[in-house]
Amino acid sequence: MILTQEQQAILDGAKGETLAKVMKTLVMYGDAFEAEKLVPITSKYNHLVTSFGLKVMAPVYDLMQQLLDAGVSSEQKFSVDPRPLDKNVPANILQNFVFNKFMYTKQDFYEKQLKELGLMDENAFTCTCYMDEVGNKPKKGEILSWAESSAVVYANSVLGARCNRNSGIIDIMGSIVGYVPYFGLLTDEGRKATWVVKINTTKKPEAQLLGSAIGMKVMEDVPYVVGLDKWIGTELNDSTCSYLKDFGAATASNGAVGLYHIENLTPEAVELGEKLIAEGAKEYIIDDAELERVQKNYPVIWKNPDAKPKLCFVGCPHLSLQQLKDWTDNIEAELKKNNLKKITMPTVFTAAPKVLEAFEKTEYAARLKATGVITSYICPLMYMNNPLCKKMPVITSSNKLRTYTSAKYYTDGEILNIITGGGK
Amino acid sequence: MKQFQGRVITPGGVTAEAVVTKQGFNTLASFQMALQFGDKEVKCGDQNNEELHGKPLIGKALCLPQTIGSTTGGLVLYCACAMERNPACMLFANHIDSLAAAGAVLADVWVENVSMPVIDSLGDEFLNYVKDGMKITVKENGVVEVE
Repeated sequence: MILTQEQQAILDGAKGETLAKVMKTLVMYGDAFEAEKLVPITSKYNHLVTSFGLKVMAPVYDLMQQLLDAGVSSEQKFSVDPRPLDKNVPANILQNFVFNKFMYTKQDFYEKQLKELGLMDENAFTCTCYMDEVGNKPKKGEILSWAESSAVVYANSVLGARCNRNSGIIDIMGSIVGYVPYFGLLTDEGRKATWVVKINTTKKPEAQLLGSAIGMKVMEDVPYVVGLDKWIGTELNDSTCSYLKDFGAATASNGAVGLYHIENLTPEAVELGEKLIAEGAKEYIIDDAELERVQKNYPVIWKNPDAKPKLCFVGCPHLSLQQLKDWTDNIEAELKKNNLKKITMPTVFTAAPKVLEAFEKTEYAARLKATGVITSYICPLMYMNNPLCKKMPVITSSNKLRTYTSAKYYTDGEILNIITGGGK
Repeated sequence: MKQFQGRVITPGGVTAEAVVTKQGFNTLASFQMALQFGDKEVKCGDQNNEELHGKPLIGKALCLPQTIGSTTGGLVLYCACAMERNPACMLFANHIDSLAAAGAVLADVWVENVSMPVIDSLGDEFLNYVKDGMKITVKENGVVEVE
């Protein structure tokens, strides 16, 4: 890798040993991909994936402390993934004990570190930092040092920003020195599609299932999706962006997709069309049967696969304002149909703190609360990431949550049916 | 015995028993429970990976195409190394992915006294040949012997 004089000086220790190690990390990371240079980060804000003060992650906090002790901080302010805990979310005495006295004992300590390193503000905890209400929304062509797989794939695909699937810690190291290695999804070549995915379904495909199928098939490659615009349109409005958010999160968690193109919809596909498809691209055809096959093959690891669900999570990644409104309308309508006033099982909808603030200002908030749904800013994945939850029959419409926990996946429609008493 | 030549990401020499997956290795899903709750064998917790689920990973030669999933992947690998709960080496059939590369580099630069050689680009033939339990020897120059 060819470095500028300034970059070489940092690597040689001109700004201290710690900053030299940060630069060495980025150079070695770039070398693994034959990156020829480091390029400046051009986004206003960064986004970090590590938001949780898990006791077991002590090596991460030790490393952060090394940075702070050396007087190093992020050149950019940043948002970060959701907090792991919220008293609003149902938990029994044992769970609360495990959460507070065993698992997340470093939460306050780590949040203090984040503030010192450059956290945007007290409420900048969400995986959907790109929501208008949150304010960390990069522009097309901007270079990022983000982590969080669902945010990276959204920024690349829907916003047209340029970011590799950076790991936690690498994310902040980029914004400490102000540069990232130039490879992969930062380059025009790396953004070309090596798969053409044809959607031949007879109805609008479930976003989380479609993303899962594509992620498992293409792994880390870039898919160019044809025929989806027939179902979700050609305009990037609130509804379409919410669909793509959920679709992308599933591609990134069930596979390793960092960028997708949707014909006639996403910015680069609109601009360049089939020129984005690389020579020799492979083909994957998705029809109703393929989506059914994918869903049927998800393992159910509940002790009793027919157990009655005890908790439902919706919102991984965090829900948009529009999704909160849509769910409110849909739940009310289904409850009315079933002659019920309240949902039939504890259900938690998760969204960014600032999206929830905006939601509270609408008439929908009181209506949703009246149905019995709880809203929260937590990360459901962090809530469920323990053996106690493994024994608990939890359901979700998030394919990401299904992938990492024992939660059982249902489509949004199935979840709606279950929580409003239609599936009794 | 068969030899394969790969590319050195982080150097080192080691001999260990192979554990093999032909599907993407989800680092977070595989390590999260074991690291958090003190499983000394570091049994793979990824319910979506039938080849590895429940098998010990610590001290093994982990043979895989690439890693997938959460961008915590690199820091999870880094933590596994810092806690000395890591595989003996990681051997990639494909070009290494960005998350595994980050984990390997973070461990190499920031963790003292831990060696986890990482070799990539060993090819499909490597992954087709190697089976669970085979003896793997990794050389400093990226040569991997399988017997």
